[in-house]
Amino acid sequence: MNPILRKLSRDLPAMLGLFIVVVVLLVALFGPWLAPYPGDASASHLLQRLKPPSEKFPFGTDNLGRDIFSRVILGARGALAISLTVVGVAMLVGVPLGLVAGYRGGWVSETIMRVTDVVLAIPQLVLALALAQLMKPSIESAMLALSLTYWPFFTRIVFAETRRLSSSMFVDALRGVGAGPFRIVFLHILPNALSPVIVRATIGLGFTILVAAVLGFLGMGASPPTPDWGLAIADSRLYLPRAWWYATFPGLAILITVMGFNLLGDGLRDLVDPRLRRSR
Amino acid sequence: MARFVLRRCGLVLPSLLGLLIITFLLIHAVPSDPAAAMAGDAATPEQIARIRAQYGLDQPMWRQFLVYIAKVVQLDFGESAFSHRPVALDIFQRLPATLELTFCSLVLSIGLGVPLGVVSALKHNAWPDYLLRIFSVMGIAVAAFWFAIMLQLLFAMNLAWLPLRGDLSSTMTRPPAITHFLVLDAVLAGRWDVFGDALRHLVLPSITLGLGGLATIVRFTRAGVLDTLQQDFVFYERAMGYRRMRLIWVFILRNSVTATVTQIGLLFGGLIAGAVVVESIFDWPGIGSYTVNAILTGDKQVMLAVTLLVGAIYAGVNILVDVVHGMLDPRLMDRA
Amino acid sequence: MIPALGVKGLKVSIRTDDGVARVLDDVGLTLERGRILGVVGESGCGKSTLIRAIMGILPKGASVEGGEIWFEGENLLAFSEKELNTSVRSSRIGFIPQDPLLSLNPVFKVGAQLLEVMRWHAAGTRRDHIARLVMLLKRLQVPDPENALERYLHQFSGGQRQRLLIAAALSCAPGLVIADEPTTALDVTTQHQILGLLRELVGEFGLSLMFVTHDFGVVAELCDDLCVIYAGQTVEQGTVESVLQAPSHPYTRALLACHPDRATSFVGIPGMVPSPLARPAGCLFAARCADVQVGCLAARPPQGIAPSGAEVRCVQFA
Repeated sequence: MNPILRKLSRDLPAMLGLFIVVVVLLVALFGPWLAPYPGDASASHLLQRLKPPSEKFPFGTDNLGRDIFSRVILGARGALAISLTVVGVAMLVGVPLGLVAGYRGGWVSETIMRVTDVVLAIPQLVLALALAQLMKPSIESAMLALSLTYWPFFTRIVFAETRRLSSSMFVDALRGVGAGPFRIVFLHILPNALSPVIVRATIGLGFTILVAAVLGFLGMGASPPTPDWGLAIADSRLYLPRAWWYATFPGLAILITVMGFNLLGDGLRDLVDPRLRRSR
Repeated sequence: MARFVLRRCGLVLPSLLGLLIITFLLIHAVPSDPAAAMAGDAATPEQIARIRAQYGLDQPMWRQFLVYIAKVVQLDFGESAFSHRPVALDIFQRLPATLELTFCSLVLSIGLGVPLGVVSALKHNAWPDYLLRIFSVMGIAVAAFWFAIMLQLLFAMNLAWLPLRGDLSSTMTRPPAITHFLVLDAVLAGRWDVFGDALRHLVLPSITLGLGGLATIVRFTRAGVLDTLQQDFVFYERAMGYRRMRLIWVFILRNSVTATVTQIGLLFGGLIAGAVVVESIFDWPGIGSYTVNAILTGDKQVMLAVTLLVGAIYAGVNILVDVVHGMLDPRLMDRA
Repeated sequence: MIPALGVKGLKVSIRTDDGVARVLDDVGLTLERGRILGVVGESGCGKSTLIRAIMGILPKGASVEGGEIWFEGENLLAFSEKELNTSVRSSRIGFIPQDPLLSLNPVFKVGAQLLEVMRWHAAGTRRDHIARLVMLLKRLQVPDPENALERYLHQFSGGQRQRLLIAAALSCAPGLVIADEPTTALDVTTQHQILGLLRELVGEFGLSLMFVTHDFGVVAELCDDLCVIYAGQTVEQGTVESVLQAPSHPYTRALLACHPDRATSFVGIPGMVPSPLARPAGCLFAARCADVQVGCLAARPPQGIAPSGAEVRCVQFA
C-alpha cells in the first residue's frame, strides 16, 4: 500500500472522519432510497404532528407531522450540494488568482493580494448575509455569496506556495531550459501547491456546511418545504421546550458532518505538513 | 515601539480604503432603488424623486462615493432607512452591549483555553488529553445557533437556572446609562440587584459565543506547547535545573502562545460573526442583532456602516496582535 | 581516587512506533578528576542520549535498562527527579549545549535567565550572583560584561553566545561540566579560542570536563582522555596520546583514516551503522570491519587491553 495512505490509515481520528464523510456522501446520494418516508420532503400529516421519538419515527416528527429522521437524511444532499459548489467555485476563482499573484509579482500581485486582504478582513458570515439579502434570499444567492467570501483563503495559500516554489531551483532550471510561464505554472507549480489546497478544501467543506446552516437558520438560504438542517432548527424554536427532538437531531447531523470533514482535513494536514504532525 | 505601532497602522490604511470601495460598490451595484425603499410602498414618483435628491442619490456614482467618504471620516453614516435615526447614534448605543458580550466570551475562551491547552499537552496521549481533544474537535464543529438553543432548552427552559433571553429581566429598572455598559452602569449606580441579574443574563450568550474560540485556543495552545517541549532550549533549561512549574508556566507558555495570540486575532472576526447569530437568538441588544435586522429589512446605510465598523475593529485587533507578538518576542521588534 | 564520572554498562532504549530502539547498548567511560575526556562518535551513535541519561532528562518513551552512572562516588541513577533538580543540575554538573541560539530562551534577557538558575543553585545573594557572572563573562572575554546581562541572545555574535553559555555552565561552581559539541557551529579561529579558554578554565576552576564531539582534531587539541562510541557501545577508551598514536579498534582506525588531517584518500567507511531497532548478535562493527573474522559474527566481543594501554572491545585483544 502507498506509504502515505498507510500513515493515514493509522490515524484513528482521520479514519473516523473519512468514515463519517463517506457515510454522509452515501446518504446524500441515496437519501430518497434510504429515508423511511421519502415523501416527507414535501408532504404534511397534521394528525401526527410533534410526536416524540419512537420506533415508527426514530427522531420524532415536526410541526407538520413529518418524520424528522427522513428529513435529516434528505437534508444531507442540500448541505453537501451547497458546500461542494461553494468550495468548488471558490477554488476555481481563488487558485488561479493565487497562481498569478505568486508568479507574476509587481502591481498585479499587489492588487490581487490587497483585495484578498480586504475581503478576508470582513467576517464571512456578515458579508455572506449582506450579499444574500441584496440578491434576494434563495439557495442560489446563498451559494454565490459564500463562494464570493471563501475564495481569498485559497488565493492566500496558493500565493504563498507559488512564491516559495517560483524562487526555487527547479523552477529556475525549467526557465533555463525554456519552459513558458503557462507550462511552469500549471504543470509544475500547481501540482506542488495542490496538497495544502486539498487540506483547506476539506476543512472548507465542513466550514461551509456550518455557515450555510446559519444562512438557512436566518432564513437566507433554503425555503420551506425543502428539508434543510438549519431551517429545521429555526422552525423548531416555536415548539420548544416541548418538542426537544425537533431542534436536537438536525443540529447533531450538522455537528457530526462538520466534525467528519474537520477530522479528515486535520489528518490530511498532518500528512502534508510534517512539522505539525509531531504536535498530535 | 511607537514606530512599530505606527508602521502597522500604516499597513492597514489601504485595506480600509479597499473595504470602503468594495462595500460601496457592492451596495450600489445591486439594482434596487434605495429611495423607493425609503419612501415606502405607497410613495408617489415625486416623493421618491425628492428623497433621491435629498440623499444625493441622483448624483453620479463617483460623487456619491466621495461624499460618502467625507461623511465616513466624520463618522456620519447617514440615517437608518427604517429607524430614521442616525446610524452612528444607533451603533454608539448598541456597541457597548456587544463589547460586553465579546469581552466575556474572550475572557472565557482565553482564561479557560490556555490552561486547558497546557494540561492537554502535558498529559499528551493520556485520558485528559483525549477528552480535551474530543471537546475541541466538537467545539469547532458545532453550529453556534444550535448550541445556543440546546443551552436555552436545558438551562433556561427545563432547569430554569438562567434567563432565556435579553440582557436584563423585565422586572428590573435600568440604571442611568452613563457608560452604556450595563454591568458598569449597574455598579456605578450601586444597583447590585441589576448587576447580578445582568451577569446571569450574560452566562449563556457568553458560553455560546466563546465555545468556538475556547476550542480553537485549547487546540493551538496544545500544539504550541507540544512543539515547544521538543525544542532544545527546554532540554537545556531542564539541564540547568529550572523548576518544572516555572519552566512550564513561564518559559514554555511564553514561547507557545505566539500561535495562540495569532489565533485570538483571527478569532475576533469569528466572534463578531458569531455575535450576529448569538445576539439574534438571545435577543441581545447589540450590534449583532442590529445587523441581522438591517439585513432582513435591507437597510443599506446600516449594513455599510456595520461592515466598515467590523472591518475597522478587525484591523485594529490585528495591529494589537502584532504589538503583542512584538512584546512577547523581542526578536520581532528588533527586525522592524 | 574516586573519578568525577564513571559510567558502566549503560543501556538505554526508546520505545518507538516501529519497535524498541536500543540506543545505548553497553556504554562505559571514566572521567578522572581534573581531566578532560573526549567522547567521540558519529552522529546517531548515542552521544546525546548518553548526556541526557547522565543529566536524568531522557526523552519520552526512553528508559535506562541497565548499567550504572557514578558521579563523585554517588549513584546518579538512584537520584529522584527532584533531587537531581535541586542538588545536581547546575550546582554540581554544569552543561554547555551545542547551539546557544537554540538553547537559551530567545524571549527573555540573558541575565535574567542566568540569575534565575543561580537563585536556585548557587550560594550567596543576588548581588554575589551578578558579581560572579560579571567576573565569568570578563574571564571569557565577553565585551562589556555588565551590560551583556541586560541584552537578549539574538543581540550577540555566535562566538559570544557560546562564551555566555560557558559562563552559564560555570555560574553555580559545579565540579563536573558536560559539553555537547559546543564548537561545531563556530568558525575555526573562534573554535580555537574557545577550546583554549576551556582548557584554561578546567585548571583555574578545578573542573572535570566531559567533551562530546565527532571531531578528532578537537580531541587532539583539548582532551587528556578519549572514549570512542560506536552504535551505542564504547569500543575504545584510553589516553588521547595512546589512542591517537596507535588506534587499536578497527573502527577507531577507520574513523581516523577518514579525518581530513590524516586521510590519504577520500574513502569513507563502507556499509552502514546497524539500526538501533535491530542490532546484530555479534560485534556491531563486524559488517563494516576490514579485519572481520568468523568469531566476530557469533557473539559480542569482550573488553580487552591493547598494547597501547587502551581498553578495546575487539576479539583481537580479548
